[in-house]
Amino acid sequence: MSNWKAVCRLADIPPQGARVLKRAGQVDIAVFRTIDDQAFALLDRCPHKGGPLSQGIVSGHRVACPLHNWHIDLATGQACAPDEGCSGHIALKLDDGTVYLALD
Amino acid sequence: MNKPKLVMVGNGMAGVRTLEALLALAPDAYDITVFGAEPHANYNRIMLSPVLAGEQTLSDIMLNEASWYATHGITLHLGQPVLAVDRGRRLVHAADGRSVPYDRLLLATGSSPFILPVPGNDLPGVVTFRDIADVQTMIDAAANHQHAVVIGGGLLGLEAANGLLARGMQVTVVHLGEWLLERQLDRTAANLLQQSLAAKGLRFLLQKQTAALVAGPDGRVAQVRFKDGDSVPAQLVVMAVGIRPNDALAQASGLYCNRGVVVNDHLQTFDPRVYAVGECVSHRGVSYGLVAPLFDMAKVAANHLASLGIARYVPAATSTKLKVTGMDVFSAGNFMGGDGCEDITLSDPMAGIYKRLVVKDNKLVGACLFGDTADGAWYFRLIREQQPVHAIRDQLMLGEGAVGDTGHQGQHRAAGLPDEAEVCGCNGVCKGTIVKAIQEKGLFTVDDIKKHTKAASSCGSCSGLVEQILISCVGGAADVKPKSEKPICGCSDITHGQLRQAIRQQHLTSLADTFRVLGWRSPDGCASCRPAVNYYLIATWPGEAADDPQARFINERVHANIQKDGTYSVIPRMWGGVTNPAELRRIADVADKYAIPMVKVTGGQRIDLLGVKKEDLPAVWRELDMPSGHAYGKSLRTVKTCVGSEFCRFGTQDSTQMGIDLEKDLFGMWSPAKVKLAVSGCPRNCAESGIKDVGIIGVESGWELYIGGNGGIKTEVAEFFCKVKTHDEVMQYSGAFLQLYREEAFYLERTVHFLQRVGMDYIKQRVLDDATGRSELYARLKFALSFEQDPWAERYAGGVAQHEFAPLTV
Repeated sequence: MSNWKAVCRLADIPPQGARVLKRAGQVDIAVFRTIDDQAFALLDRCPHKGGPLSQGIVSGHRVACPLHNWHIDLATGQACAPDEGCSGHIALKLDDGTVYLALD
Repeated sequence: MNKPKLVMVGNGMAGVRTLEALLALAPDAYDITVFGAEPHANYNRIMLSPVLAGEQTLSDIMLNEASWYATHGITLHLGQPVLAVDRGRRLVHAADGRSVPYDRLLLATGSSPFILPVPGNDLPGVVTFRDIADVQTMIDAAANHQHAVVIGGGLLGLEAANGLLARGMQVTVVHLGEWLLERQLDRTAANLLQQSLAAKGLRFLLQKQTAALVAGPDGRVAQVRFKDGDSVPAQLVVMAVGIRPNDALAQASGLYCNRGVVVNDHLQTFDPRVYAVGECVSHRGVSYGLVAPLFDMAKVAANHLASLGIARYVPAATSTKLKVTGMDVFSAGNFMGGDGCEDITLSDPMAGIYKRLVVKDNKLVGACLFGDTADGAWYFRLIREQQPVHAIRDQLMLGEGAVGDTGHQGQHRAAGLPDEAEVCGCNGVCKGTIVKAIQEKGLFTVDDIKKHTKAASSCGSCSGLVEQILISCVGGAADVKPKSEKPICGCSDITHGQLRQAIRQQHLTSLADTFRVLGWRSPDGCASCRPAVNYYLIATWPGEAADDPQARFINERVHANIQKDGTYSVIPRMWGGVTNPAELRRIADVADKYAIPMVKVTGGQRIDLLGVKKEDLPAVWRELDMPSGHAYGKSLRTVKTCVGSEFCRFGTQDSTQMGIDLEKDLFGMWSPAKVKLAVSGCPRNCAESGIKDVGIIGVESGWELYIGGNGGIKTEVAEFFCKVKTHDEVMQYSGAFLQLYREEAFYLERTVHFLQRVGMDYIKQRVLDDATGRSELYARLKFALSFEQDPWAERYAGGVAQHEFAPLTV
């Protein structure tokens, strides 16, 4: 069963930006903050060629992969049409300005 | 809350395109009901010719299946002609007795083929060529009968004739005019076309006027009889002598019509609640039968239906292409010439090639091509952009040349490529894949092809080929507008030029303000428009508009180049390519300490450290203790130099020092695209100044300046700009040109394309002829650069953007 772990404050992430959560022996997680101050977390790995999504341009609720400009929906991790694929999505909650992720 | 009701009468390409555009702009604005007279959902009418010829099937040419309407909540009534519109009660009455109320009505009733008023025009076996039912009738006739006559030698008539020939009929084309396709070709091209078609087996009767269609014993048409008494046998007669706008419904409802439903520039009829688009329309006295203008109308009507109210329909030059396999015919604009026009022609009858270009007032106004249409898209762009062509006049007829030199075996003619030929060398996309996507997905723009196939989506060198393939598939429906006419991205309808102008005139200094004032459809733009807007803001209002790091591509945000594995490369600046033992020692030490996997000499005379971890970047920069080389940015890259007069026995000028001085003078310059300079000390040109954005060559009596060169995707030789005498003049003239480029080019437009778009005359006028203007340009550049500091030092010493480099941990 997963449990909520605090990873940072929302204020630690620039609006329209992301931070990377490093995990030993596991794929990094990208934690995004959108212009409307929502937060989302995805595996930091584009379904196309593994590009680091945390380094992409965030607009609306999407991120553009920096390697080949695939667009990934932040809420679901799904690539936007006509591309197909999914980057793992991690449950996230915001509580009093703190970002919690559901981690094992 | 009840949404307003939009009813569309007609279910063809123009109408459905309007709905698509409307749904993109305002997805929930209306309850939409569509009446279509045909029993089919929206199909690509211009592809009926390949269906008749047996090259495609009906399912290939569907654009919107019934499921599309359902997905978007549109009520679709197929096989339901609308009989009347009651504008007083705002009701539409359909053939089945149904009445539907509307708040907005969109008429998209299309056109009907003109039927010759001759005896026998209603006999069995006499058809037009307009819809799927007509095609089916022709296919059935071809299976059971031998002789077909097509009346009309226009595009549609020839395509019908070709299709019937392919289905095994003996086909005669009857044409009233002196030559075929008078509206698309001049006499010479038409004669070549006629010879080619005759060689395929078509027969032609020109300047023949049909007098009557005569029935045989079975009541079916058997003969076409002419005014001059001649006759030919015919069990199938196809009338393709023109179209008439379907305006009867509009007229009956009391709307003003004059050979079409009369609309204003907003596609609004005389009743403000009623809009009309497509072939049924008469706009400023003109009706259109080509699909490109109809799609433009669709965009405008959608904009007004979405209550945005900022679009106007302005007719643009159109192009046409004959969809007969193996017949390459292309024409655009005024290709017949006339008063004040000059013709440039190339004629090679043995090779079956004819080209005619019409120039008026130093601009290309028309083109007519037969046999080799590879450059059609280029000519079409020149016609639409209306740039002076005198500088390229002697090459105009030779075409754009190799559209791309790298990545596709130097091919620049898409027509002759086999399906398995690789068109896009970056993403490995073959011609067949592109053709299939165009046909199956109903694509009309290069951008759509990029999205669906990835072709031309990386380096873009094959966009010209892709554009040709698009044109050869969909003809005049291909949307091949130049960048100057295209919206910047899907977030807005304004062009790059309009955006730059608005930022300047309305003194916009932030992205948020720009998006709000200019009515962006998305709250914070997208990955395409945000970097562009950010550049325009800081280039227009230096010191005033704040650079927004979140609007920068990752490389410019962290000042290093991202690599495929997520590591970065670091290129420190080496002024003019000159280094020293101390720098080299520091580079070596850093490479050891941070276990940097590769150290490589670049093409720009400096050293690249590849494979640096992101979190190591600030420390690497600090220990290198050298400024950023900006090798990652739309910015000044490097100034390449040769050894020059200090050491070289041939050198006439100190090119190395000039390079160092220029590089220091321009340090930190952001630009629409990357900028590279080179300085050579003599005409041997060892620094390769001829392929740089600004290339300088020292000669005994001074310096020659060349601009607009490029050694990348497509090798472009820089054009001679001017010769100056002094060191300071080199600085000022180079800087002034680059500032003009910074102020007026579109984002991602290299100097070569800027030069091609605005013309060398314009640049000379601004930089050479106007001394005051030149020094002002240079002063504005220096002012903008006064705000730039070394971005690496700002980060390792100044504490800028530290969050970028520090990962989170749990």
